[in-house]
Amino acid sequence: MRLTPRPLFVAFALFAVALAGLPPRPADAKVFSPTVYTLDNGLEVVVVTNRRAPVVTQMVWYKVGSADEPRGKSGIAHFLEHLMFKGTKEHGPGQFSAIVARNGGSENAFTTYDYTAFFQTVAKDRLPLVMELEADRMANLQLTDKVVLPERDVILEERRMRIDNDPGSQLAEAARADLWVHHPYGRPIIGWENEMATLTTRDALDFYGRWYAPNNAVLVVSGDVDPAEVRKLAEKYYGPLPRKDVPPRDRVQEPRHWAGSRVELTSAEAGRPSISVTYRAPSYHTAEPRERAYALEVLSEILDGSVGRLYRALVVEQPLAAGAGAGYDPDGLDGSSFAFWATPRPTVAVDKVEAALRAQIATLLDKGVSEDEVAKAKQRLIDQTVYANDSAGSAAHIIGKALTTGSSVADVEAWPDRIQAVTKAEVEAAARAVLDPVNSVTSVLRTKPTS
Amino acid sequence: MPALPRAFRPTLLLLLALPAALIALPARAVEVQRVVSPGGITAWLVQDDSNPMLSLELAFRGGAAADPADKAGLSRFVAYLLDEGAGKLDSEAFQQALADKSIQLSFDAGRDTFRASMATLTRNRDEAFRLLRLALTEPHFDPEPVGRLRAQLKARLESKSEDPDSIAGRQLWAALFPDHPYGRSPDGTAETLDRIQAPDLKRYVEQRLSRDRLVIGVSGDIDAKALASLLDETFGALPASGETPAVPDVEPSTKGGLIVVKRDQPQSTVAFAEPGIARDDPDYYAAYAVNYVLGGGGFSSRLTKQVRVKRGLAYSVYSYLAPLDHAALIVGGLGTQNARVAESLDIVRQEWRRMGESGPTAEELDDAKTYLTGSFPLRLSSTGDIASTLVGMQLEHLGIDYIDRHDALIDAVTLEQAKTVAKRLFDAGELTTVVVGQPAKVEATRPSPLPQG
Repeated sequence: MRLTPRPLFVAFALFAVALAGLPPRPADAKVFSPTVYTLDNGLEVVVVTNRRAPVVTQMVWYKVGSADEPRGKSGIAHFLEHLMFKGTKEHGPGQFSAIVARNGGSENAFTTYDYTAFFQTVAKDRLPLVMELEADRMANLQLTDKVVLPERDVILEERRMRIDNDPGSQLAEAARADLWVHHPYGRPIIGWENEMATLTTRDALDFYGRWYAPNNAVLVVSGDVDPAEVRKLAEKYYGPLPRKDVPPRDRVQEPRHWAGSRVELTSAEAGRPSISVTYRAPSYHTAEPRERAYALEVLSEILDGSVGRLYRALVVEQPLAAGAGAGYDPDGLDGSSFAFWATPRPTVAVDKVEAALRAQIATLLDKGVSEDEVAKAKQRLIDQTVYANDSAGSAAHIIGKALTTGSSVADVEAWPDRIQAVTKAEVEAAARAVLDPVNSVTSVLRTKPTS
Repeated sequence: MPALPRAFRPTLLLLLALPAALIALPARAVEVQRVVSPGGITAWLVQDDSNPMLSLELAFRGGAAADPADKAGLSRFVAYLLDEGAGKLDSEAFQQALADKSIQLSFDAGRDTFRASMATLTRNRDEAFRLLRLALTEPHFDPEPVGRLRAQLKARLESKSEDPDSIAGRQLWAALFPDHPYGRSPDGTAETLDRIQAPDLKRYVEQRLSRDRLVIGVSGDIDAKALASLLDETFGALPASGETPAVPDVEPSTKGGLIVVKRDQPQSTVAFAEPGIARDDPDYYAAYAVNYVLGGGGFSSRLTKQVRVKRGLAYSVYSYLAPLDHAALIVGGLGTQNARVAESLDIVRQEWRRMGESGPTAEELDDAKTYLTGSFPLRLSSTGDIASTLVGMQLEHLGIDYIDRHDALIDAVTLEQAKTVAKRLFDAGELTTVVVGQPAKVEATRPSPLPQG
C-alpha cells in the first residue's frame, strides 16, 4: 500500500467506483444484471440479486438534496434526514431504530447535494418488516419541537465535529463557495451555522411535504432476494402510498466565471500544509458530449493512485511531496469538479509543491497522454466492476446514486463499454476543455506554530 | 442519523473488539474449510465462485508492541515498504505489476499483529500470489523508498499531531500503560523513525515474519486444492520460526483522573477508558452484551439516548470493548461543544455508575441478544470481510465451528451473569478521561502523560 495522505478538502467521493445504473442484460451481463420496474404510484424499484450471504439491503433514495433547499434554509435536507428517525403515528420517536436493532438489523442514512438515502441491512426474512417501516415514514412522519430541538443541537455538534474543529474542512468549505458562486453546490451540505441554528419543525415538515413521495424516490433492494418476491412486497407496502405533485428540481445554474480564485488558510491547528487546484467539470448528466465524462474518469485514473503520474512525479521522482493525486466524481445532477492535490514533505515549502503541481498540469495540457497510459487506465477501471460485485451493498449504492443524479439503468450497465470506447484524443480534449484556470479554485492550507 | 460511532479505534483493533465481526452465517451460506498444504501450511477457506475474484487476509502474531522502544514504529515502517521493491522488481516495477493486473495488496501493523490484505481477479490469481511471496520473502528496502516512506511517515505524524482524535487516543493510551509498550503509538515518533535503517528492516523480516506466527484466511473463487499448492509456493520460503520479542501481560492503570489537552477548537473531543475483559474470559459474551446496552448499540444505547437523543449534547457517543493480547480495555468517546463538556461527562459517569450498580434490565438484555445474534451474518458481506473474519477466529482461538456456535454463546448469557460482570467492569472511579479542546468549567486532575502541542 502506498501512503497517499489525502488532505480532507479533496476527500469528496474519490473512492466511489463510478458505475452508473442497471438494466436487465443477458446472461453475460457485465455489471449488476438488475431487475427494474416502476410501481403505479411512480416509485422506481431496482432489485439486484447477490446470494453471498442470506441478508438483504434495502435502500430508499429520494431525489432531493441540499442543492434543493430554499434560500436561507441551508442544512434543512440533512436535518430532515436526521428527523426521519423521529417517528410516525404508528411508530413513536426512536421506535424505527429500536425495531431494526431488535431484529438484528443495521441502518443509517446520508445526505448529499443531490440525494438523500436511507438504508437497512437485515436477515432476508426481515425484508417485509423494514419495508413496512420505510414505507410508513415515506408518508407519515410526525414531528414535534420536543424531538426536533435537541436534534438541532445534534446537527450543530455534527458541524463542529466535521468542519469547525478542522482547518482543512474550513478551507474546503471556503473553496467550494468560490467554485460555485451562484449554484447551491457552493453551500455546505450540512448548512451554514447561522441558518442551521434557526431551522424549525415547520421548515422540516415543509421540506418533507414538498419532496418525500413515492414518485420522487428510488427503492433499491440488493442481496439474497428473488425479484418477483420483492415486487410483491413493494406493491404491498409502498404501492398504497399516494403519488404527490413534486416540483421540478429547478436550481439556479452557475454563470460564466471571469477569474479563477484562490483561498488560503493559515492555522496553528493544521497539522500539515497542503495544496489543491479544483476545476468545475461536467458530470455524466451535464457533459456534452456525455462521452466527455468517461474521458475525465480515464484522465483521473491516469493521474491518480500509486502509479499515477502525480505520485510518480511529485512523490517519487522530484521528490517534493508526501502525497499527490487527482480526483473526479462523474455523478452530479448539475455538474461536478476535477481536483489535483499534493501535500509537501516535512522539509519542503508548500509553494514549491504548488509550482511542481502546476508544472504537471501544464505538461498534461501541452503534451497530452500516451496510448499506453490510456489503455492501462481503462483496463484498471473496467476491472473494478468485478470488485464492485463483491458485496451487495456497493451495487445498491452505485445504482441509487446513478438514478438520483440523472443517469439511467442503461447507463450503468453500459459503463464498461463506454470506458472501453474512450480514446487518447478524447482524454486530451477533455483535459483541455476542463482545465481552464478561470474555472478553478486554488486552496492552500498553511501551518504555523501554536502560539 | 448519520450516527455510527466515529471511531478513533485503530482499525486493527476492530476484529478483536467486536466478536460480532466474527460472522455467524447459516452453514449453507458459509462453510469454513481447513486447508493444509503438503508443506504443512494452514489456511481457513470459504469458497465462493459466484464472482471471479478472491480475497486473502493474513496476520503474523506480534506487532508494534514488540518493536524496540528506541525504534518505535518499526513494524509499520516495514509494512509500508514490503510492496516497494522485491525480487527482480524495483519499487516502481512492483507497483506497476500490481496496478497492471488490478491486484490490491497492502500491509499494516497494529499493536499485536502484522497484517496483509490482498484481493485479485481470478484471472490474475497466480501473479497476485507471486507478488505476495516476493513482498514477504524478498523485499529490497532500497534507499529511495526507505527515504520516501520516512518522509511520509513523519508527515503523517505531523498530521496526527493536530488531529483531536489522535491526540486524545495517544494521551489516553500513554496514561493507561505508563510502563508498557501499549503506551506507545504504533506510529513511533520522528526521533525513532529517524533511527530505523535498512538493516533494521531486513532483520525484522527475517526474524518476525515466520510461519509459526502466521494465520491465513481466504474467501472467494478458489478451491482447496489450488489454494493448498499456492500456500506452499507463497509461504514455503518463510522461516519456520523466528525471534519476535515477548511482550509482557499488563494491567491497565486504574488511577483514573481527568487530563485536559488545550487546543483551540469549538468542540471538545473526549476519550475515556478503564480496564476491560479478556477475549477468552468466560464472561466475555456477557460483557459484550452489557456494553451493547451501555454504549455499543447505535441509537439504542443508554449513552446515545441520554447524551444525544434527549439532550442534543453530542453527535456521537459510544463505548466498546477492546481486548488486546496482553491487556483489555473498555474505551469510549464523545464530542461536545466546549461549554457543555462538564454536563456531558457527568452524564457519562452517571450512566457508567448506574450500569455498574444495577446492570442491564431483562428487556435490555433480551434486545441486546436479538441484535447481536441477528446482526451476526451482516458482517460477512464481502470476500474481504469473510477472509478477515477467518483470520480473527484463528488469532483468538475461537475454533473453526465458531460461526455455528456464536448464537448459542450469546443466548447463554443470563441476567444474573450480566449484572455480575457489569459490577465487575464498570467503575466510574477508575475511568481515565482525556479532553482535547477548551472545555469550560472542567479542571484537569492530573498532568498529561505526553507533552502537549
